[in-house]
Amino acid sequence: MLLRHTTSEVKERKALTVNPAKTCQPVGAMYAALGVHGCLPHSHGSQGCCSYHRSTLTRHYKEPVMAATSSFTEGSSVFGGQANLLQAIDNIFGIYDPDIIAVHSTCLSETIGDDLGQIVKKAQDDGKIPEGKFVVQASTPSYVGSHVTGYANMLEAFVKYFSFKTDEKLRQVNMLSGWVEPSDMRELKRIAGLMKLKTVLLPDTSDVLDTPMDGTYKMYPKGGTTREEIVSMGDSMKTVAMGEWATKSAAVALDNKCKVPFELTDVPIGLKATDRFIQALSTAGKVSIPECIAEERGKLVDVITDMHQYLYGKRVALWGDPDTLLPMIEFLVDMDMKPVYVVSGTPGKKFSARAMEILEAKVPEAKVRNGASADMFLMHQWIKEEPVDLLIGNTYGKYIARDEGIPFVRSGFPIIDRIGHSYFPTVGYLGGIRILERMLSAIMDKIDATSPEESFELTM
Amino acid sequence: MPNKIDYTNGLPDPSKLKEEILAKYPRKVAKKRSKGMVINDPAQSQEIGANIRTIPGIITQRGCTYAGCKGVVLGPTSDIINLVHGPIGCSFYAWLTRRNQTRPAEGEPNFMTYAFSTDMQDENIVFGGEAKLKDAIREAYDMFKPTSIGIFSTCPVGLIGDDVHAVARDMKAELGINIFGFSCEGYRGVSQSAGHHIANNGIFKHVVGNTERERTGKFQVNLMGEYNIGGDAFEIERIFEECGLTLLSTYSGNSTVESFAYSHTADLNMVMCHRSINYIAEMMEEKYGIPWIKVNFIGADSTAKSLRKIADYFGDEELSAKVEEVIEREQLKVKAVAAAVKPKVEGKLAMMFVGGSRAHHYQDLFTELGVRVVSAGYEFAHRDDYEGREVIPNIKIDADTRNIEDLVVSKDEENFRDDLVAKKAELEAKGYEFKEYKGMMPDMQKNSLVIDDVNHWETEKLIEFYKPDLFCAGIKEKYVVQKYGVPLKQLHSYDYGGPYAAFGGAINFYKEMERMLATDIWKLVDAPWKNEPEIVGSVTVDA
Repeated sequence: MLLRHTTSEVKERKALTVNPAKTCQPVGAMYAALGVHGCLPHSHGSQGCCSYHRSTLTRHYKEPVMAATSSFTEGSSVFGGQANLLQAIDNIFGIYDPDIIAVHSTCLSETIGDDLGQIVKKAQDDGKIPEGKFVVQASTPSYVGSHVTGYANMLEAFVKYFSFKTDEKLRQVNMLSGWVEPSDMRELKRIAGLMKLKTVLLPDTSDVLDTPMDGTYKMYPKGGTTREEIVSMGDSMKTVAMGEWATKSAAVALDNKCKVPFELTDVPIGLKATDRFIQALSTAGKVSIPECIAEERGKLVDVITDMHQYLYGKRVALWGDPDTLLPMIEFLVDMDMKPVYVVSGTPGKKFSARAMEILEAKVPEAKVRNGASADMFLMHQWIKEEPVDLLIGNTYGKYIARDEGIPFVRSGFPIIDRIGHSYFPTVGYLGGIRILERMLSAIMDKIDATSPEESFELTM
Repeated sequence: MPNKIDYTNGLPDPSKLKEEILAKYPRKVAKKRSKGMVINDPAQSQEIGANIRTIPGIITQRGCTYAGCKGVVLGPTSDIINLVHGPIGCSFYAWLTRRNQTRPAEGEPNFMTYAFSTDMQDENIVFGGEAKLKDAIREAYDMFKPTSIGIFSTCPVGLIGDDVHAVARDMKAELGINIFGFSCEGYRGVSQSAGHHIANNGIFKHVVGNTERERTGKFQVNLMGEYNIGGDAFEIERIFEECGLTLLSTYSGNSTVESFAYSHTADLNMVMCHRSINYIAEMMEEKYGIPWIKVNFIGADSTAKSLRKIADYFGDEELSAKVEEVIEREQLKVKAVAAAVKPKVEGKLAMMFVGGSRAHHYQDLFTELGVRVVSAGYEFAHRDDYEGREVIPNIKIDADTRNIEDLVVSKDEENFRDDLVAKKAELEAKGYEFKEYKGMMPDMQKNSLVIDDVNHWETEKLIEFYKPDLFCAGIKEKYVVQKYGVPLKQLHSYDYGGPYAAFGGAINFYKEMERMLATDIWKLVDAPWKNEPEIVGSVTVDA
């Protein structure tokens, strides 16, 4: 047994986290910054963080992930990291020439109390930021929230720094995507295109973390939201923000700064969340919903009804990030599946409340936990108490899947042992079909592997 | 891509390349980096700038002290609970990401599949985290009943003044198991290296010598600085067993804390990764009189050489005969594969930038295949790993490293092995070399470029200049280099393959080189129409 010490006996813990269902802020800030064109993320802390975050993103995407670091030493940890950051800014523009440096902090620089805004201003005053180049900063203390919080903080920093309101109103809609994959970003743009809607998507990691092999390395790939686009977001008609944890603070900041109203909706995973997203886009852009989108929806419903017998009543355990878990459990409930165990390391009281609201009518037995000690160890203990038919979550679930013999669908961050997430979306109606396809394959593979010979089926 | 440089008369002089690289840097940075780049001449002793602080913003590949301590040295030990005191990231990122394999006996504990953290929150930063740490230790003890718990400090711990050593002492008294702390905050030192030293000190102080074990073999040895990536240590263990050597403890691949505790009863320490473990080897010699030798089990010829060196140490005819028998049998298999692979890869160019030892060790494997290493370097090695241990007295300890403690060790009167000291003196008189490591540079060709703490800009220029057939490095470099159309072999994770150590490992590595260097897959990069004249569309929808 890989997790031989996990037993079904749940003891309440107040201090120990085992096998977390989250990681820390800066990796989220790094991911968000990679979704801006010509931007180099910079980690203001000791260099270990930066290496770990780059490695995790690279393992997830099998792509280059660039970022610089202030490389604190013991001296800078005592006297502050201003000199390190100033020197880093100088070196980065001189050697690597990005258009934008997006600085985030770590628990080290936050505990010391380095004031990033003040240091960046000093860099500006000292002439260390060349003409037409920019340094954006976000405070991302690792001891608050999770990686999702870091993503939200960086996103907020971008709109606060660049977005600008002029007298000219633009016939465009802002889309703030929660933490989704490059494939999902591409799908969001395709859907908006089908609706003949002009949109600005921030961030946009498509063509950044899914680049082709052509024998050349481009440090700043062609993708990413451009600075001009972010500037123009201040003149948009409306913002559609997908996911409360990852995008609400940026949507609010944009409303405060540029008076662009926003609608907060879920990440469009599954049927109803996609319905709401499509309607939100339609309202925001004042466009009708084309027939081709209704057809895509119909295809998803068709697959659900065709395959209902394999889905009905299936017990599912899920872990991951709030913004993607909520629409996912709603999707499962709509298909008569039972998301009985849901954990997220990311704190926020609203999560459990919303999850229970979705679950209470059809799955009253569900256990939902998020925040402190809501970890994969706890979830595994629940599974030991009463098993499930399907696991949905990041790569770390493979240890539970193997020990317990449970079909497993990889979803969320990080997925470091399979590919696909960068290339095939899970958002939108077609993304919903992909989720279904993978759940059904996992369930049916187990049936095929374990059924007695006489009931081994050719067709299902 | 065709090689533009002629290598028939040796490696080209890379002076111009070095100049071009440095030209991009601000003056002060150029001065520092210049010392870290040496155009090698094995006939001369050359000094390299190493183990100095990283230049901010340079895009280094280095990690931190915590990674060196928890991630590298203590991480592979299966029966200890490694509790990370800090916010969640440090624990999360070191969770199963290094491929230290372990094979605990049936019913024995294995905590390596778990990540334990105090998950510090802002209130712990403000009011201190010691109380939470104590609770976490109690909870870990209640749930898992371990015999040892290690506590690892992360960046904020040192700043807010949490005393992990005091907590460890208190909890050790309360729970009656071995609990000890490591001050391995990420900002200490300049790289992973400081973490190795801190880990060595901690294990030596709190574990080594704690238990005795009855002698079970004639030739008792410890293998040090071998972390069982991809099963390397398993392959070495297999060979040892066949030769009749009793392996007491490996630091720390496939290891237990229990085995460290009685490792002081060995007759010989063998050091693989000099950088990470030479401290314990030195301290064990001072305290217990156990001599240490440098060994290398990467490369079939190096493995044979190391086995003979071990046999010579014991001077036992039966052992020597057994060692020769194993070498002969294994080499037969190895040479057959080498003969098949070598013609397909010979003359290809490789470069390697790996942590603190593999950039040297793996050159032996390339030599066996006739692959030329044109450039190599370490992330965090010290001058002695580059230039050899004889430079140690001349190494200046700078302000960034000064605060890493050097333990003062004294002789253990009860367990000190005078017999081994005498044996050592006798062998040394015959020219046998103890505690000797000559470093990487003397083994490299003239004009090869040796680079410490290579960064992204330098990597780009190296590829442009050498157009290598193979680049060896880690996960952060892998996909960067491959976008250029140059295959990259990860020599940290082995790209999820291995083992590559000893005889079986050499065979695996040769086959991997054949796969990577003799394939035509890289020729698929260009689309067939790339060099064709463009056809102007006349029946497109827009026409």
